[in-house]
Amino acid sequence: MLRGLAFVLQAGACLQVLGANGAGKTTLLRVLAGLLEPESVTLRWRGLECSPRDPAYHADLAYLGHDAALKADLTGTENISFAVGLRRQANAANVLSALQRVDAQRFADRPVRTLSAGQRRRIALAALWLSGASLWLLDEPSTNLDVAGQTLVAGLIEAHLRQGGLVVAATHQSLGLPAPLQNTLTIGAAGQGTAGRVAA
Amino acid sequence: MSAPTLIVATTLPRVGVLAACAQVLRRDLRLAVRRPTQLIQPLAFFAVVTLLFPLGYTPELGKLRAIAPGVLWVAALLASMLTLDSLFREDATDGTLEQFVVSGQPLVALLAAKTLAHWLLTGLPLTLMAPILGIALGVPTAAMPGILFALGLGSITLSLIGAMGAGLTLGVRRGGVLLSLLTLPLAVPVLVFGARATELAIAGDSLTGPLYLLGALAVLGVTLAPLAAAAAVRIGLE
Repeated sequence: MLRGLAFVLQAGACLQVLGANGAGKTTLLRVLAGLLEPESVTLRWRGLECSPRDPAYHADLAYLGHDAALKADLTGTENISFAVGLRRQANAANVLSALQRVDAQRFADRPVRTLSAGQRRRIALAALWLSGASLWLLDEPSTNLDVAGQTLVAGLIEAHLRQGGLVVAATHQSLGLPAPLQNTLTIGAAGQGTAGRVAA
Repeated sequence: MSAPTLIVATTLPRVGVLAACAQVLRRDLRLAVRRPTQLIQPLAFFAVVTLLFPLGYTPELGKLRAIAPGVLWVAALLASMLTLDSLFREDATDGTLEQFVVSGQPLVALLAAKTLAHWLLTGLPLTLMAPILGIALGVPTAAMPGILFALGLGSITLSLIGAMGAGLTLGVRRGGVLLSLLTLPLAVPVLVFGARATELAIAGDSLTGPLYLLGALAVLGVTLAPLAAAAAVRIGLE
């Protein structure tokens, strides 16, 4: 479905993947995350060629897909502790600070079952923030979020980029980032991409 | 192109494989406590099916004792299959398995932890319940330790075989029946040696022979089943 796509992402840069519904934005993210096996792909990570299924590369990336990987019967805090605990040793204070960062401490101790879609998204964002990964692969990160939530996503991404992180985000709306930080990749109907820098 | 210098947002210490597996185990046990129906259903099924025999066949303990090994093992096998379909399916639908894959931890180890949780929540309680149900089938008290041991070993293998089946049927929307068709034939050796061990235990003979074979099957399962399950889950997620 996708072919002839190539891009380089420098530290502190965000790549916004654009394209019509079904163009292959999610496919691209899943290939980058090593969840889909493409016919051929060449990935250079930190200057070295590696497979998208390399555990060392995986330890360095965080993937936030359509499904936020939250358990309905666990509280927000428990979900975050588990998601982060697969990768990093996070204590209660770390989790609390992440909850405050995404303004979710009010409802974090309720079972996720009782939370709204936007509140769940905030819980997922807190886990992303704590993941400690350098490369964030975000599939529609602002889905279900209110205006404050969308600003929050932009703030998280910008903070991550300023610290030298990388972000690849598939989204229809503008991420609301300062122009110098943002690059775009548009996937056309034939699955071919055109890279360009976003004009202010 | 200069090599990018990446700095990460948080620099919390990394966790090892065992700590990650412990997280998975703890979470699955906690989820089971929050939703006890999943825990109770196999046990109730096991009890009801076993107790149908004294009612439906004959109340004579001598005759019941003769069929007790088969009844206990078939009922335990079917009961342990009840919760298999949800072993990986829930985690697949809500995206947790994808997070397992991208966590940087070996998927084999994380799925092995999930399988261990399944055994602790299904196989172990069924094993502990078997002697009590054995009384209804006229099984002598002296045979109880042997039955516990055989069923304990056998149910480990059943959970492992089930994990392979659950992985393979991940891509099938309603894989329940297919899962049974895949898993039951593989479980036949466990059933044969398990029932034989139980028969010997009831007769008061030494059951070391079939126990060794059950042990060998369990070792084979521990070695191969998580690898097969991980390969199947990767394909199922694509």
